[in-house]
Amino acid sequence: MTAFEAILLTIVTASTPLLIAAMGELVAERSGVLNLGVEGMMAMGAACGFAAAVTFDSTIIGIAVGVLAGTAMAGLFALAVLGLAANQVGSGLALTIFGLGLSGLIGAPFVGARRDPVSPLAIPGLTDLPGVGRLMFGQDAFVYFSLALTVAVALFLGRSRSGLTLRAIGENHASAHALGLPVLRTRLLALLFGGACAGLAGVYLSLIYTRFWSPGMTAGRGWIALALVVFAAWRPAYALIGAYLFGTATVLQLHAQAGQIGLPAQLLSAAPYVATILALVLLSLGRGRAIGAPGSLGQPFVPER
Amino acid sequence: MTHRLLGLAAALALALGVGPASAQQKLKVGFIYVGPVGDHGWSYQHDQGRKAIERELGARVETTFVESVPEADSERAIEGLARTGHGLIFTTSFGFMEPTLRVARRYPNVKFEHATGIKRAANVATYAAKFHEGRYIIGQIAGKMTKTGIIGYVGAFPIPEVVAGINSYFLGAQSVNPNVKIKVVWVNSWYDPAKEADAAKALLDQGVDVLAQHTDSPAPLQQAEARGKLGFGQASDMERFAPKAQLTAIVDDWSGYYVQRAKAVLDGTWKSEDTWGGLASGMVKMAPYKNMPDDVKKLAEETEAAIKAGRLNPFKCPVFKQDGSEVECKGNGALSDEQVLGMNFYVKGIDDRLPQ
Repeated sequence: MTAFEAILLTIVTASTPLLIAAMGELVAERSGVLNLGVEGMMAMGAACGFAAAVTFDSTIIGIAVGVLAGTAMAGLFALAVLGLAANQVGSGLALTIFGLGLSGLIGAPFVGARRDPVSPLAIPGLTDLPGVGRLMFGQDAFVYFSLALTVAVALFLGRSRSGLTLRAIGENHASAHALGLPVLRTRLLALLFGGACAGLAGVYLSLIYTRFWSPGMTAGRGWIALALVVFAAWRPAYALIGAYLFGTATVLQLHAQAGQIGLPAQLLSAAPYVATILALVLLSLGRGRAIGAPGSLGQPFVPER
Repeated sequence: MTHRLLGLAAALALALGVGPASAQQKLKVGFIYVGPVGDHGWSYQHDQGRKAIERELGARVETTFVESVPEADSERAIEGLARTGHGLIFTTSFGFMEPTLRVARRYPNVKFEHATGIKRAANVATYAAKFHEGRYIIGQIAGKMTKTGIIGYVGAFPIPEVVAGINSYFLGAQSVNPNVKIKVVWVNSWYDPAKEADAAKALLDQGVDVLAQHTDSPAPLQQAEARGKLGFGQASDMERFAPKAQLTAIVDDWSGYYVQRAKAVLDGTWKSEDTWGGLASGMVKMAPYKNMPDDVKKLAEETEAAIKAGRLNPFKCPVFKQDGSEVECKGNGALSDEQVLGMNFYVKGIDDRLPQ
């Protein structure tokens, strides 16, 4: 494996959790609900998934439990903001704080446990191809799933009737409600999907990325995913570009440091944020018309009776 | 976070006057950690020290800790402990320095202990461990064990404590392998397992085969293990994360110091002073030497003994800066403590630029 291939592989693993979490949040926000609890849901996914994987000695069970944990957290959030029409910003922040705390409690007995690496995909012949073999056919399943997820979300939002319904609800929930569209039910499903994705992203961190669990290991990735959604102007394709750009810049700046190019390390550390923001802002500008947030984003909806 | 909430609840109970009647006699000892206690590294070891206080002094003390406190926003947490009747407060990260001093001015009767700090006050003592002594040993091991001739270092922030560690590590390696090269990557975080892992991968991809770290999670060491390379545990024995890769670990042992200082407060003999213990005092310990040939192990043990006995100082004069100029020798045959604590330059042979 050449150094170049190794760098590309690292970039892919660094970008994948961001992409998965961002996809989930993107769908939730397109339905009009702002969930600031991504970090908390990710932390819960990481802790519960790891705990289950160790307890049952099964990565599959770990992944399933991690996804469920994220979904359950989203369910709690939905109860507050959909059921009780609570303030979404406040509830989301509370969800993050709650998730980080609860994940610490759940994970505490599993501090210090470790899991063996999950073997990446290996297709005889293809994976051994020089150059692109490892990169295209030798990743772990999450990577392929995250890419498929992006395509699926893009098709769903842009090409399907339910996607149109979801977007209509996000743009103007009062009109959508008047048309007889199920506002709260759609938002609930969108939120649960977002929670499942965040949980999966969390499991990726604890089971694949570092293979141990420790409190606070999400280290702000949930917030980065949230920011990606905004800077990607709520478009799946841009979120994909943003996630990979961020991953690339993160990994390249570490390589630049190791390669001793002589730029200040602090500047290099800031590079991923600057590059991602710049690129996504430019992308959005280039479309000619500004793409704003979904019209009803963040507003509570109480159906009139 | 949970503990923090419990702590707040306890604080509230005290404020409302429902605290235990014995609170007057009992010494309340508070701890501020920069990372989670489950980091298996820095904060974990401080928490071991806290537990030692509870174990040794039992009913005479009560301890509280607040974990994962951001350095920039630590003043509230420190003041929170001071306000709730804590008589002795340990703040355990370099970045807590100014907030600790500010709170200390407002609470002259509370004793503060700031780890790795360089500023004191009448009620603020400082303490640190000479980790760089351990780093000289691991540097020698790295110099002996590297096949590519390139050793790596994952650093948190370019502060004197970390820079001195890198220099000591490199001088150790150079002492046994004059041609050795070092690559340093800064992650600008004490604790971000995934980013630490990425930094380790970057170093390994660029030819590094022995990895040292000055960040708090076992992630870099674990990457070395995954790639079949070697590394060192940081702050705590991390062997369980990398049984094949960990050569040894520099273990911080704060227990003795913490118990002694809590006792001093109880006895009324506490004074503001600076404590800087190394291998000799037991504040720094080396985990068992493993995964290396006998001759390297013997060398490491001899170096450890020599440093303990005071026969060897990693920064023995002459020390040269990168540009070849000699550093003024202010200590006794070696750099003075102040020079090491304020170190802001790389030594000769490190061909990288130190971020300022």
